[in-house]
Amino acid sequence: MTELPTSTAKKLGLVIDLDTCVGCHACVVSCKGWNTENYGAPLSDQNAYSGAASGTFLNRVHSYEVQPPMLRDEPQAAQLIHFPKSCLHCDDAPCVTVCPTGASYKRSEDGIVLVNEQDCIGCGLCAWACPYGARELDEKAGVMKKCTLCVDRIYNENLPEEDRQPACVRTCPSNARHFGDLADPESDVSILVAERGGFDLMPEQGTKPTNKYLPPRPKDVEPEYDILAPYLEPIAKDGKGFISWLDKALSALPGGAK
Amino acid sequence: MHPAPSVILFTTFSGLGFGLLFWLGINPNPPTGWVAFVFFAIAYLGAVGGLLASTFHLGHPERALKAFSQWKTSWLSREGICAVATLLIMALYGAGLVFFGAHWAPLGWLGALGALATVFTTSMIYAQLKTVPRWKHWTTPALFLLLSLGGGALLAGNVRFALPLLIIAGVLQAFAWFHGDGRFAASGTTMETATGLGHIGTVRAFEPPHTGTNYLMKEFIHVVGRKHALQLRVIALVLGFVVPVLMLLMTFHHWNALVAVVSHIAGVLALRWLFFAQAEHVVGLYYGKR
Repeated sequence: MTELPTSTAKKLGLVIDLDTCVGCHACVVSCKGWNTENYGAPLSDQNAYSGAASGTFLNRVHSYEVQPPMLRDEPQAAQLIHFPKSCLHCDDAPCVTVCPTGASYKRSEDGIVLVNEQDCIGCGLCAWACPYGARELDEKAGVMKKCTLCVDRIYNENLPEEDRQPACVRTCPSNARHFGDLADPESDVSILVAERGGFDLMPEQGTKPTNKYLPPRPKDVEPEYDILAPYLEPIAKDGKGFISWLDKALSALPGGAK
Repeated sequence: MHPAPSVILFTTFSGLGFGLLFWLGINPNPPTGWVAFVFFAIAYLGAVGGLLASTFHLGHPERALKAFSQWKTSWLSREGICAVATLLIMALYGAGLVFFGAHWAPLGWLGALGALATVFTTSMIYAQLKTVPRWKHWTTPALFLLLSLGGGALLAGNVRFALPLLIIAGVLQAFAWFHGDGRFAASGTTMETATGLGHIGTVRAFEPPHTGTNYLMKEFIHVVGRKHALQLRVIALVLGFVVPVLMLLMTFHHWNALVAVVSHIAGVLALRWLFFAQAEHVVGLYYGKR
């Protein structure tokens, strides 16, 4: 059970575009909603209406400030990058092999990593083994919760065709999340990864994640777009005329600005 | 890592209990009758008490039996199997000594081997984790085994072995602390590799995903325990190794032995607290914390 499959027919996963994510947290909310109302134990909250609220989430959005180095002695503007993070459905998932009960498993047909909640003893070792913080022990249910890649949506024939994708992907208003088969080089997601230089998180951990992240595109250099702008300079620098005389006269007064 | 009392108690007392079982198992002239009963009672109190304590942190302890099934890949599962097998074998061996005055030596050797395997598998639960660079090192199993054997010898009254084992364990513990301090940096995992944004510049956590705390932060980011790390290290070394060694060097007396044992247990509890509190999980990087 907790042995990993040697290979999987498909590698279903997400491609997350750090260039277009606006950090609205809509994916967080839709994920919490779908996964509380459907498969498995609901995602509980603790002290939801107090100052010390906490709860179980399968998807969280971090925000990072990235400071580029100086360019030709000029300091560069920092970039703000929103960073959604959920289970990466790793090929070499360390969370699966450490499980003592066989509750954690990776499906050989599509590569999705799941938890059988009836077998989970809630020891938490899989969360220790995951470098990404993708697994959270639900305090109410006492079992490990993680992203299921909305396995109860993607194969669900009761849903209209366009809804058969993970709730986070379906809801993203800026198209920053894409779902597909990353084992198929012809799939939309694989092409996206190839063209945009998709990368792995913490490659040195050796987990071989299925999910890929697309880097933010380089910032444009702002062009001079208004030909009249130089003529509309609000401050006279040439030192001629009445304004220049007034400037000098006022400066000459006691306490005047030089 | 969060230093959960249940896990600290478990690793300390089951380590001592299985260590004592090891020495009882290989003893060529083991005690019999009531003396044997007392020794086995102490060993089982430690080993079984520790195992029971470890179930307190489970979300569903009633399903614990399922944890014996995945020995092929899981060190936790292997530990459970080794522990139960050892306890059953040593119960039989102990019964022979206590009730029949019979010394079934091969059974004792098998149990001793099982005790070592149990302590080793326990240590591998931690040493296998690539996500905690401080733990993923040969010193983790080496220390668990040395502490178990040294403490066990101390409980068994085996001064000839307790003395060198405790000295080696103390030296190795100091080395493990010293070497462990640099292992997170040496692991190569940084905020830049965690986010993949290192090619743009230096990464800083700007805003966390939520205003409060969460399971991950409670479990993996523990700062309080590290504040007094240096003082605790000195206390652990003095109580765990220096005091017991001095007591063993003095002429033997039951009071000396008692002081040595109590001091050693207090020292091991302190170093186990540090083992968890000082261990940093790479997931903290996503929160800009360690």
